[in-house]
Amino acid sequence: MRLWTEISSVVRFYVDGFRNMTWGRPLWYLIILKLVILFAVLRVFFFEPVLAGRTDEQKSDFVGSELVDRSAVQADECPGEY
Amino acid sequence: MVDAALIGWSRAQFALTACYHWLFVPLTLGLAVIMAVMETLYVVRKDDFWKRTARFWQKIFGINFAVGIATGIILEFEFGTNWSNYSWFVGDIFGAPLAIEGIFAFFMEATFVAVMFFGWDKVGKKFHLASTWLTGIGASISALWILVANGWMQHPVGMEFNPDTVRHEMTDFWAVVSNPVAVTKFFHSVLSGWMTGAIVVIGISCWYLLRKRDVRFARSSIKVASIVGIVGTLAVMFTGDGSAVHVARYQPMKLAAAEGLEDGGTRAPFSIVPGVEIPGMLSFLATHDIDGFVPGINDLLEGYVTPEGVAGLSAEEKIARGDAALDAFRQYRETRDTNPEAAAEARKILEQNVDYFGYGYIKDKEDLVPDVWLVYWPFRIMVGLGCLLLLLMVLVLWFEHKNRIEQMRWLQMASMVSIPLVYIAGQAGWIVAEVGRQPWAIQDLLPVNAAVSSLDKGAVMTTFFIFVAVFTLFLAIEIRIMLNAIRKGPEKGPEDAVAGE
Repeated sequence: MRLWTEISSVVRFYVDGFRNMTWGRPLWYLIILKLVILFAVLRVFFFEPVLAGRTDEQKSDFVGSELVDRSAVQADECPGEY
Repeated sequence: MVDAALIGWSRAQFALTACYHWLFVPLTLGLAVIMAVMETLYVVRKDDFWKRTARFWQKIFGINFAVGIATGIILEFEFGTNWSNYSWFVGDIFGAPLAIEGIFAFFMEATFVAVMFFGWDKVGKKFHLASTWLTGIGASISALWILVANGWMQHPVGMEFNPDTVRHEMTDFWAVVSNPVAVTKFFHSVLSGWMTGAIVVIGISCWYLLRKRDVRFARSSIKVASIVGIVGTLAVMFTGDGSAVHVARYQPMKLAAAEGLEDGGTRAPFSIVPGVEIPGMLSFLATHDIDGFVPGINDLLEGYVTPEGVAGLSAEEKIARGDAALDAFRQYRETRDTNPEAAAEARKILEQNVDYFGYGYIKDKEDLVPDVWLVYWPFRIMVGLGCLLLLLMVLVLWFEHKNRIEQMRWLQMASMVSIPLVYIAGQAGWIVAEVGRQPWAIQDLLPVNAAVSSLDKGAVMTTFFIFVAVFTLFLAIEIRIMLNAIRKGPEKGPEDAVAGE
């Protein structure tokens, strides 16, 4: 019961704080807009982690092969390429 | 094969994000201290004027904090997408500090920022003051973990490479945290934030003085900010000296590039600008001994022996050892399931040469030299502006102390002009640190051409330009909101009402 009272007072602190904001309100809109752009647009459509969906073993194999292959192509690669 | 353009665009995108991120961070770090000092004055002196002063700067802090929030998260997106080999290769060494940073950033900043903004009339004065200080301390601790991760990339310590998982595994957490490069970098970066905060506060305050409004507020802000700024700048210089010693020891090519030093030696000169040198100064700065040996670019490529008989390997020797490490790594992977003896032998060779692992990807020793002009000039811009801004803060404090700051219109104008200069100095510092360590993503262990993901370069270019548009939009919004807040000025106190009548 006491814990619940404490939690509700903390929640009320935040709710009242947000409700009584004057200059801070547009900033919160800005923060929300920014987070939407970051997580709902950029993260979803542009930043798919290359190793996502693989097990740790598969990730090790993939990166290990990449590291070996890239060293092997050094000798006979084209100009302008690594 | 990895297209050079893909590496270039991936680097450009990361640099762009980091540069924008560093526009917001230093002001957060610096303003946090300044407004906490002001609030301390309010609590100690029980003068409401200081409460209004602190509240105004907290508003500026809040605007900067809100617009800058989560900018750093994009860097973490980029690690997973553009630098996936790197992200896996560094293992938990990079992940652990970033995770701690995330927890601190979330819990400390979210909790105490809220108390700072919402709690003025709801919590006790001392609790509120503690929250304000803890907001600043939380931001600094967040920076610590980020810079521990960055310091490890510059000077990897406390780990062991596991060829089975293809990851570095942390063997000594304390070695990672107390990495001398990270510790120096932390103080250097955070204290440069004090400098940024101070110059911004002084510049804005001088705008009020030029307009002859809120004079007491402006002068008091100038006094606090210039003291914080001078202390911060002197400490930045001190930590910069430590940083030079570490760079000389762990990243000598960066130092040689920053000085444009082709051929090194004892009594190496410090270049002020091309053609103007101070004999022996570079040796003194790098080794704290005027006769100390500093290798130049050619020495590092061709190999050298110091007067004390310490030999530095040539680039070709390092590349040969890198090739041996990579070949052993390949053999280990091919034989570990079928031929344990061959695998054990390969692993032994790998362990003997693992410190040079990244050199196996270097095809031409000239690739080990960063763009000299892009390290040389930013270093001079950083140091030159740092000295200029220190002089400005000393002058501002002096004239404020002598009650003449209101008459010094040229100094007020100069202070306003200095606001962009302090940002240029900070950006230049990061360019020195990051361009100077090229071609390495992790010093000696992984160059950028092995660290980068195999992506379509068109996609990386597209996101680069999206970032330019989005970040610039947010920056413009921040500046607009901030200018509105500055125009409105601090809350008015009873003495302003009397003056108005």
